[in-house]
Amino acid sequence: MATVVIMLIALVVVGGAYSALAPSRAEASTTASPEDVTAGRDLFLANCSNCHGLQGQGTEDAPTLIGVGAASVDFQVGTGRMPLQANSVQAPDRTEDFSQEEVSQMAAYVASLAPGPAIPAEEYTEIVEDPERVSKGNELFRTNCAMCHNVVGAGGALTRGKYAPQLRETDPKYVYEAMLTGPSNMPVFNDANISPEEKQDIASYLRHLKDNESPGGVELGSIGPVTEGAFAWIAGITILIGSAVWLTTRSS
Amino acid sequence: MRDEHVGTDVAAPEGQNLPDRFANPGVPAHRFRTTDTDTRAAKRAERQVAVIFALSALGSLLFIISYFAFPLEGTFSSIQRSTWTLGLGLGLAILAIGVGVVHWARTLMPDHEQIEQRHDIRGTEEDRTEAAAILQDGFEESGIGRRSLIRNSLIGAGALLPIPAVLSLGDLGPRPGDALTHTLWRNGVRLTRDPDELPIRAQDVTMGSVFHVIPEGLNESEHPLEEKAKAAVLLIRLEPGDVEDLPEREGWDVDGIYAYSKICTHVGCPVALYEQRTHHLLCPCHQSTFDVAQHCRVVFGPAKRPLPQLPISVDEEGYLVATSDFPEPPGPSFWERG
Amino acid sequence: MSTSTNESRHTTLFDNKVVDYVDDRVGTSKIVRTFARKIFPDHWSFMLGEMALYTFVILLVTGTFLTLWYVPSMGLTTYEGSYAPLYGQQMSHAYVSTLDISFDVRGGLLMRQIHHWAALLFVASIMAHMARVFVTGAFRKPREMNWVFGAVLAILALAEGFTGYSLPDDLLSGNGLRIIQGVLLAIPVVGSYLSFFLFGGEFPGEVIIPRLFIAHVLLVPAALLATIAVHLALVVLHKHTQFPGPGRTNNNVVGYPVYPVYAAKAGGFFFIVFGIVVLIAAFVTINPIWNYGPYDPSPISAGTQPDWYIWFVDGALRLWPGWIGWPGMDGGGIPTELTFLGVTLSLNIILPGMVLPGLMIGALFTYPFIEQWVTGDTREHHILDRPRNAPTRTGFGVAALVFYLVTSLAATNDIIATHFAMSINDLTYTFRTLAIIGPPLAFWVTKRVCMGLQRRDRELALHGRESGRIVRTADGEYFEVHEPLAPAERWTLVQHEEVRPVELDSSGKHTPVDKVRAKLSSWFFEDRIAPVTPHELEAAHHEGGQEGEAISSHESRSAITGSGTQEPAGQQ
Repeated sequence: MATVVIMLIALVVVGGAYSALAPSRAEASTTASPEDVTAGRDLFLANCSNCHGLQGQGTEDAPTLIGVGAASVDFQVGTGRMPLQANSVQAPDRTEDFSQEEVSQMAAYVASLAPGPAIPAEEYTEIVEDPERVSKGNELFRTNCAMCHNVVGAGGALTRGKYAPQLRETDPKYVYEAMLTGPSNMPVFNDANISPEEKQDIASYLRHLKDNESPGGVELGSIGPVTEGAFAWIAGITILIGSAVWLTTRSS
Repeated sequence: MRDEHVGTDVAAPEGQNLPDRFANPGVPAHRFRTTDTDTRAAKRAERQVAVIFALSALGSLLFIISYFAFPLEGTFSSIQRSTWTLGLGLGLAILAIGVGVVHWARTLMPDHEQIEQRHDIRGTEEDRTEAAAILQDGFEESGIGRRSLIRNSLIGAGALLPIPAVLSLGDLGPRPGDALTHTLWRNGVRLTRDPDELPIRAQDVTMGSVFHVIPEGLNESEHPLEEKAKAAVLLIRLEPGDVEDLPEREGWDVDGIYAYSKICTHVGCPVALYEQRTHHLLCPCHQSTFDVAQHCRVVFGPAKRPLPQLPISVDEEGYLVATSDFPEPPGPSFWERG
Repeated sequence: MSTSTNESRHTTLFDNKVVDYVDDRVGTSKIVRTFARKIFPDHWSFMLGEMALYTFVILLVTGTFLTLWYVPSMGLTTYEGSYAPLYGQQMSHAYVSTLDISFDVRGGLLMRQIHHWAALLFVASIMAHMARVFVTGAFRKPREMNWVFGAVLAILALAEGFTGYSLPDDLLSGNGLRIIQGVLLAIPVVGSYLSFFLFGGEFPGEVIIPRLFIAHVLLVPAALLATIAVHLALVVLHKHTQFPGPGRTNNNVVGYPVYPVYAAKAGGFFFIVFGIVVLIAAFVTINPIWNYGPYDPSPISAGTQPDWYIWFVDGALRLWPGWIGWPGMDGGGIPTELTFLGVTLSLNIILPGMVLPGLMIGALFTYPFIEQWVTGDTREHHILDRPRNAPTRTGFGVAALVFYLVTSLAATNDIIATHFAMSINDLTYTFRTLAIIGPPLAFWVTKRVCMGLQRRDRELALHGRESGRIVRTADGEYFEVHEPLAPAERWTLVQHEEVRPVELDSSGKHTPVDKVRAKLSSWFFEDRIAPVTPHELEAAHHEGGQEGEAISSHESRSAITGSGTQEPAGQQ
């Protein structure tokens, strides 16, 4: 009995240490590149036209890209959501297939099909540190984003297996573009609803969260009472019962 | 289920004088610990306990030093440093005392099992007779049995006494009246963005958008949070052809821009999740799902009633305005709702 | 170690002025004689109740610390403290003071975290303790009332936790409060009145936080302390139960004296519990209210759950459908909220939110009395049941736990969905099904497991342990030598009573109640497995005609699995 308890405690300790020390995913790098509509068209025909049509007009399998704008392409291809790897409820973000230069070229081509949301200027995708703006970002995020993405961007569930992804590691440019274009089931937050400065505030708030680890210690995924309750039972009660077992056994 | 009785009817063999049940073999012989028999082991245990208590002292010391060495500077890292060191110090200080004492008890205090007899909980016959007699005598001495005037008047007084107690809670709260049926929305009240109260133009609400809305003037009202809990609204644009036709709601939308109450008709959480492509609204609390294309009818979950629609129009400057209050009380159901 | 108690030892302790002073006025020497050497039995599962007690003390101590800085007011103010993302925002004083405790009071965040972790562990220990008491039958006479007081403590603990985590007035707990208010509104006839009385008007109002504060720091703790005092007094009066074992009878307690052993172990355990909670609180974040922001009726976070012990109510609310039917069904199906004669009856809220918890709590309170009526067992029990020896009761316990677990997990369905890439809709359908078939299935499985364990005990008692030594006889037969159990070891396996069900007497005059009782009783006790008797052991020894007590395990099987009327082979 004591052996079992000791092994259980060891498991908890080792597992906990791993979770605390395991490396986090690296951020995708984003560097600006010059646009080349023609190069973009070639890439488009090779990788996207099967589903989106030769003129980007859309088919049964995929929606039209006419009017989606450079921002949509930069977001979808830049985060690896497109080209779609497999049919599922939702395109997950994954390691992107193309370099930023290629992405920009494809974006330039799609933008040339019809006017649409543009890739944001760098002045709006830089992180701002002014506390007033970070506070604004916090307020806006809570009202417009937290219900799907969770108050600290830990992610959340939608219906039928869809989800709002976690935002801890997301590049500010993609945060901006996602708001602007409303990918998948995310609603559109156009610039009249959330202005460019406000979008910047939101991204800055998210970055503030990432840069400031919880002062209370291990965050358990910032999921809230679920992981806290699970931890209390799995770690807390186990350790306490373990000590009770030790206490009541005879010394040899 | 098949009734299994196992082993109950084994017949006693003849000529055997075995009892029907096993007898209790008594407390087993005491086994001595190494610390009982070996003085060196006992001394070692003593030293171990001392070391553990010393760890506790170290913990307290760590707490004291950290309290002054790591002040709070408003940054998360400083708070984290303080919390960790104070916590480690305090935790060690307390835990080590416990571990030390228990180790001491386990290894050095006597561990001979002792036996104590249980006593009857129930009183003896004498106790019971005596107690009954006392209660009876006391009752008779009080006279309440004989003096019915006293008894009845006491009962009368006692029956009335709780009423002041209950009545003193009378000003506990206003009666609901029709408070739950009215919100700040009226004809001409502008729809504004939550929380800044900036008005919204119809042309701003593009396809696939969702705006979180409060009535103009909410932040200046006497009870802003209470009004918000009834008046919060979602503004969504759909293709006019996508929405189910309801003749009695003709003119409640503006070119496919619809306004619905944001307060869930289940138990009142904000139904804030909007799925653009499926045009479903999802409440995160208990997963009630409303289909905007069917005028927010419930398609999944514990809610029953659809979200009430707010009839809207456009004013002369192009801003969205309500044309009346909700046609029914928004938010969770209540008995007199009708 | 000298343990002489009989020889009179001259001691100068009570000649000491202070000790003498107190003894003169309080009679401490009498108290010492009566209580200091009381014997308590030793088992780790007896420490679960202590865990609850100690976490409660931790809550009192850290809670007092928090009250020194916490402001129970819903008045609005602008935040100008050190946490940048909330700077300049409007929030209540309650929320601001909680932020200040976390960020501007040294040790404040640590104390908040100790307090909240201790709260989670307080309720967890209570549940674990209740489960232990249930499956060992410790609620039987004379402890039925203590069980009831214990159930009261469990309810009070839930109330204490709920009122506590609502105090910071943050977005997460505020939405929980909104849900409770919504459930209140759904109460027929008086719902809206109750809600307005409690909240001083419309939700959220300005009085609920101060009222919850008084409930949390005065009213409920007072009730808890009083009930704990009664609970512990009864334990001392009845003396603690003990597990069956050699030397333990229904009329004694075998264990160690309070002073010094138990005082040391129990006192030490307090420090161990406290220390572990502090260490967890030092390194693991709990309830980071600065992330949630102040409460506002309009925003909400994905993943909104109450603390774990309230999940079963939230889960039930999630599972109950507003419309019973299937997607696409004509008219949507059968509504579970009924509107008639100008009123609305929200069964979809009342049934899962009030009736179901009410039934669960009702079952909890009344179980000892129901079991006593069904079994007809009115004797005093101070020896615990090994759970396997009461399969029906243990089955009920596990079934109840499974139901509690399913409804609790249902409250986490959106977290499960995000982290295991599942659909919340499918999860809801699954939990609905599990809530109905899970408990009966768990009951049946548990009962079979208990009976299997009992059979194993019988086999162990009859044939002893396999020793691993194989013996070959002159005839060429192989068998494994079994080592018989020592009497002390065997006793634990054979000491339990074989209780027979209540039977209808022969008078022929029985009320329907009597008949129901007899039926329930025989169902409770069906599939009995009786403990091994000396006769059976003797019979088993004669099996196979071997010298000593070695026996063929192959042949012995027939002796113990018969229907009871079959004579064992070789039996005289």
